Amino acid sequence: MATVAKYVGRPMKRKEDPRLIQGLAHYVDDIQLANMHYMAVVRSPYAHAKIRSVDVSKAKSAHGVVAVITGDDIRGAIGPVPCAAQIPDMKPAFRTVLATDKVRFVGEPVAVIVANERYAARDAVDLVEVDYEPLTALVDPEKAIAKGSPKLYDNFADNVAYRWELEGGDVAGAFKKADKVIKQRMINQRLIPMAMEPRGVVATFDPGEPKLTIWTSTQIPHLVRTQVGAMLGFSETSIHLITPEVGGGFGSKLNVYAEEALCAHLAMKIGKPVKWIESRRENFQATIHGRDFINYVELAVKRDGTILGARYKIIADLGAYYQLLTPLIPTLTGLMLCGSYKIPAIRIEITGALTNKMATDAYRGAGRPEATYFIERAMDIVAAELNKDPLEIRRKNFPAPKDFPYATPTGLIYDTAAYEKCLDAAAKASGYAKLRKEQAAARKNGKLIGIGVSSYVEICAMGPSSAMPAGGWESGTVRIEPTGKVKVLTGSSPHGQGQETSFAQVAADMLGIAPDDVLVVHGDTSEVPYGIGTFGSRATAVGGTAMYKCLEKLRDKLSKIAAHILEVDPSKVAFGDRKIYSKADPKKSVSFNDLVSAAYVAKTLPPGVEPGLEATTFFEPTNFTFPFGTHICVVEIDRDTGDVKLKKYVAVDDCGNVINPLLVDGQVHGGIVQAIGQVLFEEAVYDAEGQLITGELTDYALPHAADIPRMETSRTVTPTPVNPMGVKGVGEAGTIGATPCVVNAVVDALAPLGITHVDLPIKRERIWGLLRKPAPRAKAKSGRVR
Amino acid sequence: MAIDVRISVNGKEHESKVEPRLLLVHYLRDTLGLTGTHIGCETSLCGACTVLLNGKAVKSCTMLAAQADGAEITTIEGLAGTWKPNGANGKDGHGGLHPMQEGFWEKHGLQCGYCTPGMILTAVALLNENPKPSESEIRGALNGNLCRCTGYQNIVEAIQYAAKKMEAKSR
Repeated sequence: MATVAKYVGRPMKRKEDPRLIQGLAHYVDDIQLANMHYMAVVRSPYAHAKIRSVDVSKAKSAHGVVAVITGDDIRGAIGPVPCAAQIPDMKPAFRTVLATDKVRFVGEPVAVIVANERYAARDAVDLVEVDYEPLTALVDPEKAIAKGSPKLYDNFADNVAYRWELEGGDVAGAFKKADKVIKQRMINQRLIPMAMEPRGVVATFDPGEPKLTIWTSTQIPHLVRTQVGAMLGFSETSIHLITPEVGGGFGSKLNVYAEEALCAHLAMKIGKPVKWIESRRENFQATIHGRDFINYVELAVKRDGTILGARYKIIADLGAYYQLLTPLIPTLTGLMLCGSYKIPAIRIEITGALTNKMATDAYRGAGRPEATYFIERAMDIVAAELNKDPLEIRRKNFPAPKDFPYATPTGLIYDTAAYEKCLDAAAKASGYAKLRKEQAAARKNGKLIGIGVSSYVEICAMGPSSAMPAGGWESGTVRIEPTGKVKVLTGSSPHGQGQETSFAQVAADMLGIAPDDVLVVHGDTSEVPYGIGTFGSRATAVGGTAMYKCLEKLRDKLSKIAAHILEVDPSKVAFGDRKIYSKADPKKSVSFNDLVSAAYVAKTLPPGVEPGLEATTFFEPTNFTFPFGTHICVVEIDRDTGDVKLKKYVAVDDCGNVINPLLVDGQVHGGIVQAIGQVLFEEAVYDAEGQLITGELTDYALPHAADIPRMETSRTVTPTPVNPMGVKGVGEAGTIGATPCVVNAVVDALAPLGITHVDLPIKRERIWGLLRKPAPRAKAKSGRVR
Repeated sequence: MAIDVRISVNGKEHESKVEPRLLLVHYLRDTLGLTGTHIGCETSLCGACTVLLNGKAVKSCTMLAAQADGAEITTIEGLAGTWKPNGANGKDGHGGLHPMQEGFWEKHGLQCGYCTPGMILTAVALLNENPKPSESEIRGALNGNLCRCTGYQNIVEAIQYAAKKMEAKSR
């Protein structure tokens, strides 16, 4: 991609790290302003209730309290929480920032307190007296959408948020021709994203300018500025939004939240800076959740293992209200339900269910982990049913490299892939044949050993604007300063991914300088041109490309100036180690700094060339990218405890070209472990009254270091033609590939007992129970096969 | 009512009047302005607030400032100063980092960085007690610290790096 790949492709350690490892970084709660005030939120303890009255008198007179605001106080002053998704006939389940007549989930904000001290604000929360009239809580999505169910919204006909259907190919014909039809109901449970840093907001208002400054922990700084401005009816030109260090997002900060608008409103109202820091309990209750799908999966197959068609009926539990992308996520699942297979006919029906829970929305993978889970689990059921090896059944149905670009019956065009090559690499890296032999021997000794396989494809680099709810492009600006130092301003908003380093590697190679000469700036709306942000594995493929195109423009300009100085043709110069030289006579050169200086001093510019060195690009991709991979793992189940021990984990991923392998491995590691969390530990549980009983880390189990095996990662490289760097994206791959891999291993381990499917999450108590049930073999078979 | 406390933080004595209920983490962050110690859960489970108290790793989110009266505390901001080769001549060629900080940087042991100060201090406490831990001992010692980004693998490698480096230096 660059003329000299001196830095790109190398495992460079990160430029971000010195501040992070020395406690010198600034997250939102580290922002300290004079006369800071603190906001605390009064939240509903009921899942579904009418609000009869709210009495704030005691809270108002409490020590340190400056203001108490209820929903009635701000009626009309702050607009509803925005939702960017638009699905035909979608019911308007929008939410005001504070509840007025009714609450619909535990944790819904009812009032806010501002006090001059952190603890005083929290104390006053307990002094607000809300009189609730509890209503029936709707917790089970299938019951909620059933006829005759009580309703969340009196003015809606039912609790169906929307129905979405997609059909491609001859589905009826496929099922008619099938030798077998595999059927399985599958659950992809509700999860809590649990970024280590909870959300937080600081807002301060200068009425003279006027200027509203907001610090918020988000993945989408410009979009939050626009939306908060719209919610407050305040011009976004007068809002300066800063995203300082962000302690993890995973999609949970790809949103616009009530508290962002409330905090800004209060800062304007009291004329003092206001800080709100979410507690972990609030984070569990009122930051978006992920997943929560029930899927009735059917595959039509031939005896030789060829998949002829698929039918999916999905019930997606959306919660009580829409957040930014809530209704959209299940449709992304729908688009990806062919997985990496030639499935010529497919029908998908999605029903969005409204329930008395927090909204679901984008959580790492956002729609694709669900799709991959369903198809990869189903492929294993097919393999077991036909008594074939899981690798064989996958190989049989892969499109070949020559089939790309490959059009799916769901309307997507997969860019490039070499699925079988990647699968073969994973089989080799894991010693698959040997693993199967060892498994057979261990089974004879009564051991429960399982080998899991998953071959995923994901949709990344989001994406063309035509297919996105609110713009899929990204901005980039590159400014070469007069001293030769380079500033990259990106609309991407990295929060751990490491683009301050990887972007600097690209810029350094393109300009023949060092990464230390490049400063990557993001997350400041006053410094960076309007951008979209970081999510959907898009930052490098889309934001990086915007920067790349700026660098091309600047190289072009520098070449012209250098050619003028060196008296050669602009096409005959090259960029080298801090100099630009004549290709014909490399001794004829001008140093990078002298050349940059010439652009600013502007005395030796060729005719028609403007002074200065700055370029901006708004890059619009023509398609998504489709990274892929094969993961293989081994588990052993303890018959006495039901404990699942991961013995081996091998991941071969293909994310196209790689800028910094250290960062790519890091993304894959983290993604895999989040998937292991979903499979073995994590589950957001609401009880029958809609109470979130996994409301703290005490009750919501996350993977710890000791739960995780050493992961072996490697790659195949299939570049994409969608962008000039050939990069596809890797932020979510691990999570997408690993979930079905681990479940398939567990089911494989239990196969000798006649078990063909286990629902997520596979906690040890669930396995323990299965190990004590009589073998379900005969019944399960007859139930599944037509 | 306020309580008088005398707490040494990163080698500096502080005499303060604190509310009895003031959490140690808020004392460090809000009173002393040492914001490198983070708050992740308020229930002792995530480890982001871990500091060294008299050389042991403690969760500063579930300890009162009053309980730390008379104690010596090291936070991430002061860690490098406790590393002897740094103390001798100021720097050891790595920007004055503690070997554990260096290990996290070298091995890509962090992404968002929020858990990192707590991870680093927990790991330092481990090596204080067990200078040559096995991989499973390292993983076990991290039981009170969560990381949502890295999958722990590179954190383990960072700690192994530091253990080797510290062993070499102490010889």
